[in-house]
Amino acid sequence: MAAVQGGMSDADIETDIKTEPSTDGFGNNNANDGRVLSASPGSGSSTGSNKQTAAVTPEDQQTLLAVLQFLKKNKLIESVEILRREAGLPENSLDPKATESAGAGSGGAAGIVDLEGGDVSSLLSRVTGSSSAGAQAPTKAVAEDQPDVRVVLSAYSQQGDPTLYEVYYSDLKKFIETVLDCHRAELSQVFYPLFVHMYLELVYNNHESEAKAFFEKFSGDQECYYEEDLRVLSGLTKKEHMRGNETLLDFRTSKFVLRISRDSYQLLKRHLQERQNNQIWNIIQEHLYIDIFDGMPRSKSQIDAMSGSLAGEAKREANKTKVYYGLLKEPEIELPLDDEDEEAENEEGKPKKKKPKKDSMGSKSKKQDPNAPSQNRIPLPELKDSDKLDKIMYMKEATKRIRLGSDNLPSVCFYTFLNAYQGLTAVDFTDDSSLIAGGFADSTVRVWSVTPKKLRKVKSAADLNLIDKESDDVLERIMDEKTASESKIMYGHSGPVYGISFSPDRNYLLSSSEDGTVRLWSLLTFTCLVAYKGHNYPVWDTQFSPYGYYFVSGGHDRVARLWATDHYQPLRIFSGHLADITCTRFHPNSNYVATGSSDRTIRVWDVLSGNCVRIFTGHKGPIHSLAFSPNGKFLASGATDGRVLLWDIGHGLMMGELKGHTDTIYSLRFSRDGEILASGSMDNTVRLWDVMKAFDDLETDDFTAATGHIHLQDNSQELLLGTYTTKSTPVIHLHFTRRNLLLAAGVSQL
Amino acid sequence: MADREERRFAEVSRESVRLMAEGAGVELGDDVAALLAEDVCYRLREATQSSSQFMRHAKRRKLTVEDFNRALRWSNVEAICGYGAQDALPFRSVKEGELFFVEDRDVNLVELALATNIPKGCAETMVRVNVSYLDGKGNLEPQGTVPTAVQSLSDDLLKYYQQITRAILGEDPHLMKVALLDLQSNSKIAALLPYFVYVISGVKSVSHDLEQLNRLMHMVKSLVQNPYLYLGSYVRSLVSSVMYCILEPLAASINPLNDHWTLRDYAALLLSHIFWTHGDLVSGLYHQIVLSLQKVLSDPVRPLCSHYGAVVGLHALGWKAVERVLFPHLPAYWANLQAVLDDYSVSNAQVKADGHKVYGAILVAVERLLKMKALSLSQSAEGHSGAHPGSVVGAASYRVNSPGLSPPPEPLSEAALGIASHLQVGGAGCHWEEWTPVPLPAMYCELYSFFGDSLAVRFSTGPGFGTHSPCTPSQLSNSRKEPPGPASNLDTTRKMPQLTANLNISPRQDGSPRTDPPPPTTRGAPIYLSGLSREVFPKARFTSPQTTPPAFSFLIGGRQMGQRCQGRRPFQTMFATTPPVSAVPPRTYAHKLPVIGRVGKPVRRWTCSHYSLHLPL
Repeated sequence: MAAVQGGMSDADIETDIKTEPSTDGFGNNNANDGRVLSASPGSGSSTGSNKQTAAVTPEDQQTLLAVLQFLKKNKLIESVEILRREAGLPENSLDPKATESAGAGSGGAAGIVDLEGGDVSSLLSRVTGSSSAGAQAPTKAVAEDQPDVRVVLSAYSQQGDPTLYEVYYSDLKKFIETVLDCHRAELSQVFYPLFVHMYLELVYNNHESEAKAFFEKFSGDQECYYEEDLRVLSGLTKKEHMRGNETLLDFRTSKFVLRISRDSYQLLKRHLQERQNNQIWNIIQEHLYIDIFDGMPRSKSQIDAMSGSLAGEAKREANKTKVYYGLLKEPEIELPLDDEDEEAENEEGKPKKKKPKKDSMGSKSKKQDPNAPSQNRIPLPELKDSDKLDKIMYMKEATKRIRLGSDNLPSVCFYTFLNAYQGLTAVDFTDDSSLIAGGFADSTVRVWSVTPKKLRKVKSAADLNLIDKESDDVLERIMDEKTASESKIMYGHSGPVYGISFSPDRNYLLSSSEDGTVRLWSLLTFTCLVAYKGHNYPVWDTQFSPYGYYFVSGGHDRVARLWATDHYQPLRIFSGHLADITCTRFHPNSNYVATGSSDRTIRVWDVLSGNCVRIFTGHKGPIHSLAFSPNGKFLASGATDGRVLLWDIGHGLMMGELKGHTDTIYSLRFSRDGEILASGSMDNTVRLWDVMKAFDDLETDDFTAATGHIHLQDNSQELLLGTYTTKSTPVIHLHFTRRNLLLAAGVSQL
Repeated sequence: MADREERRFAEVSRESVRLMAEGAGVELGDDVAALLAEDVCYRLREATQSSSQFMRHAKRRKLTVEDFNRALRWSNVEAICGYGAQDALPFRSVKEGELFFVEDRDVNLVELALATNIPKGCAETMVRVNVSYLDGKGNLEPQGTVPTAVQSLSDDLLKYYQQITRAILGEDPHLMKVALLDLQSNSKIAALLPYFVYVISGVKSVSHDLEQLNRLMHMVKSLVQNPYLYLGSYVRSLVSSVMYCILEPLAASINPLNDHWTLRDYAALLLSHIFWTHGDLVSGLYHQIVLSLQKVLSDPVRPLCSHYGAVVGLHALGWKAVERVLFPHLPAYWANLQAVLDDYSVSNAQVKADGHKVYGAILVAVERLLKMKALSLSQSAEGHSGAHPGSVVGAASYRVNSPGLSPPPEPLSEAALGIASHLQVGGAGCHWEEWTPVPLPAMYCELYSFFGDSLAVRFSTGPGFGTHSPCTPSQLSNSRKEPPGPASNLDTTRKMPQLTANLNISPRQDGSPRTDPPPPTTRGAPIYLSGLSREVFPKARFTSPQTTPPAFSFLIGGRQMGQRCQGRRPFQTMFATTPPVSAVPPRTYAHKLPVIGRVGKPVRRWTCSHYSLHLPL
């Protein structure tokens, strides 16, 4: 829609672009979201409703009301009903203020409401805009199903003379080569999508030999980072093959997004019109989405930094949504001072500790992070006593944390898996670094205790009956001493375990497998509790929310799902990626989820709405690792291209590029204070990066922030603080202990 | 198309398709076969592409059959069984039919089922943790393995490191010589120095293996001699390894058959060499070494072999060290040694033999001390006689002239001195403070009281010294005439051939290290030392080391006194002369000394130009 706004002055473009119904991720995603919500009304109303009420923030309520109004206007009565039930709105909730005072209790939120009230109108217009896409989407969703592939592909039929394709293409090529340097880089972006679509058209219309000749002639011109796709493309020479090929379907169904400055675009358009080159013009209109911006054309390096994804760059407006990247306020916990070690400390320690604690708590609540979502935007589980104890442990450990920096690098402990003939495929550590879990290609999940404390099962039901339930150490008594061992094996999956994640309270373990299930294991009984079935294809990754209860999974079916442990069906389905979702990660505030994909993009999703709020492009290979910085502001991503990219979530900007690895990066982790980023790779190294410097060095002015055209410095070598080599052991997992000791894990290849 | 010239992928030809169809009993037309072949190719490529995804998620680099099968399964194609083996499958051809196939032998299931060698379950999967990097620095690997960080070196260097260490520590003596020679002359191994030093520091773990210790010491020598290496602070590490070999009661010395004495001698030689050539790299090293030697010597609990090491170590550091540490300590030590030597019980036999070794070492050391002292005194006397004709040679005189300076030589020469200056600077041991030089005659008397007739000093000079030296050729011939009988009547079981070896330990003539090259005159009569003489003499000494060939040899014949008389032991050593010595003929005490000795076969000699540190291998 930004493109629409950008094209206002140019009436032609506006109509050109508007005619095509939106089929990009946004539309799909809304469609899916709607489908899910309506698909499970029972569960939503019974268990979800009260939670949802708590979760609805004032501004979201505004949005909901706007959506309701829109639906009503379009006579979608059923949808209105369902949505209202889902959202837990009263039947006649005309006055938003009334409900919101009940929903939002905190004083700070009131200010936000007032603020939001100012641009309700703009918000409304936005909502109507996006929901129009949503309304159209259902029909589109049907069209996407396999039997209707023909419909999709048929767009390629009845085109011009196949022999002229080469002429058209080389004509354009000649033209672009002759334009001014500043425009050439921008217009060169057109080559790749044009090339692909022209080739596909030739193939679809059974001009096999022409297609081959065309490919031979021009495939060499394409950017090297499209090599992978070109290889797939070159294998495809028959119309029949096109039907089953997902990559091509993606290419066809999604519009390739290009960002071009207005001047360059005018140049291109004029040229094509002069030459009556309708063939190319049609393709541009049908299959390309040109995001026009005003201002300086971008340089080649700027373009290269952002391109490389399967479907071009992200539209600018895709990254405009506000993201509440701030951290949630930590619950107030009275630090109990009756601990033995505390007692042993000097007397004056007590009052000292108490006072600053209270002060800091007070100040914290006062200066609520303006970028943080409201505390109950997403309903979060209440803290249990054990969680509080763990929080206290965490605070204690945090005081002993080593402050890392460029002159103070962390020590590394390497956990080598021995005798792992069956193939280690996933590793996770608990937050307190007391347990390590491995997922193996032989479908097993194994858990080891890293501390001297052995793993014990809970006693059998019969034995549990004999226990004195009133005793203080009942939690200790329920454990069966006889089962104590250093490791436990859990069987249940029927395929390699590709993802594994501990729950924050260390009572559960999640594993995702090739068999299409995500399993929840109890670490008290070491048995499987639930198998979540929803993905029908391999599930590549899963992760628990930092607050527990929720978890996300993503896999070969190109959708990420948000689950709650007590629901056997997903709560949200995040759809929009054009290829497998290879890794999933929760934002520290649990309100967002990031997914990396084989389509070489990263998307950030809003857990509350299910919307995609950020699309990051720039990687040249499938993304295999993601990490949020502890303050929630930044995201780091690593891919098979061996590069780590840094992203500013708030602005939706690329912040830096860290080059150095020579193979796939399977693990990324920020130090506990966020100063250092550790990356572990197949090239048998762990590298440490000075990310604070990377973030500080980047100068952003308003223009770059507005357009997202960041000019990156090539300073990887300065930022690289250290390269730690292993002895032929690919690093597949990294973890910083609470005291900032770096733990790495892998299987030796010797 | 199958008949296309250039091929982007491996393709299944239409002939193959037709053959396979025939195998299944179907006749195919050309066009059908071509279409099928192309489709098969495409499907194979597709499956391969999606199988690579399984490989990536399994975090592997190698695509397995299993990955491919998964891809097939997910695209609703039957998986291919029977190819899951880890090893490569043999591919065979039948010439007649031009057929190629994968060998697929029959498996006798009955045999397999009844087989007795049931494979044991493989070892349990486990996790092992090790600290890889501490505070950003690499952890040292256990002995014998390549340090992790070596892998960051270039491949060539790494290979060199492995080859060299393997050659030196390996079995082949010839290979070892070659390796040592290269280590000594290679100009590009600076980056490996830490690793070699680290390897050498492994002496402690091989203290049971004389052979390995020897090899490591040779490695030290090669490194020290390599002119391209800047040892820097690694000197300290090397010295501590060498000191370990000199002083420690090595596990190897438990067996009396092990010739650890040679090792100690050699290490001492090495110590002095390191010290002369690289002593200036680490400040205070000389002092530290001397102190630790002194500590060992004064510790009666230490075994005699350690004491022996201390003595040869001091001897190797120069006569000044002997004078300062050994000589003052001798009365106290003598009692202990005497007790050992006087014990004739059978159980003591071994200890007594060791005692004799120490005795011999001390004797050699003090004799050189006497000789050098005499030499320096005479030099100073002659060198400055013109300026101070009336000066009296001796400690008493300079004590008078420089009352404020308790260790007189150093303060004057401090500016020029590198290490010797630390003698009093780092004076942790009060011993230094108390030390006052003993005049030569007194020293001689005292020593004579210990050693009796065994103590003998004789200077044999070259032709240039003839007129000055009281040690005439006739005396030499006299000694030569003496029958070798007494020497050979030693207790044969306690023969100590090593004694001659330790006589090799006669580094340069002066008593201070490389950066301390003041003329010998400073020692005897520092009072006469002026800036001028300091400059003149070193130059004279070092500019023409080879031009003055005459060497004087130092003959020691000895017989123990008193009832412990065991006959004579021949001692001999030869010294390369230092030029100033040749310029200034020594006035010696030799004529006063009883000469009991004989000229034996010349032992390996130390030369200035080439330090023959090679021990017989």
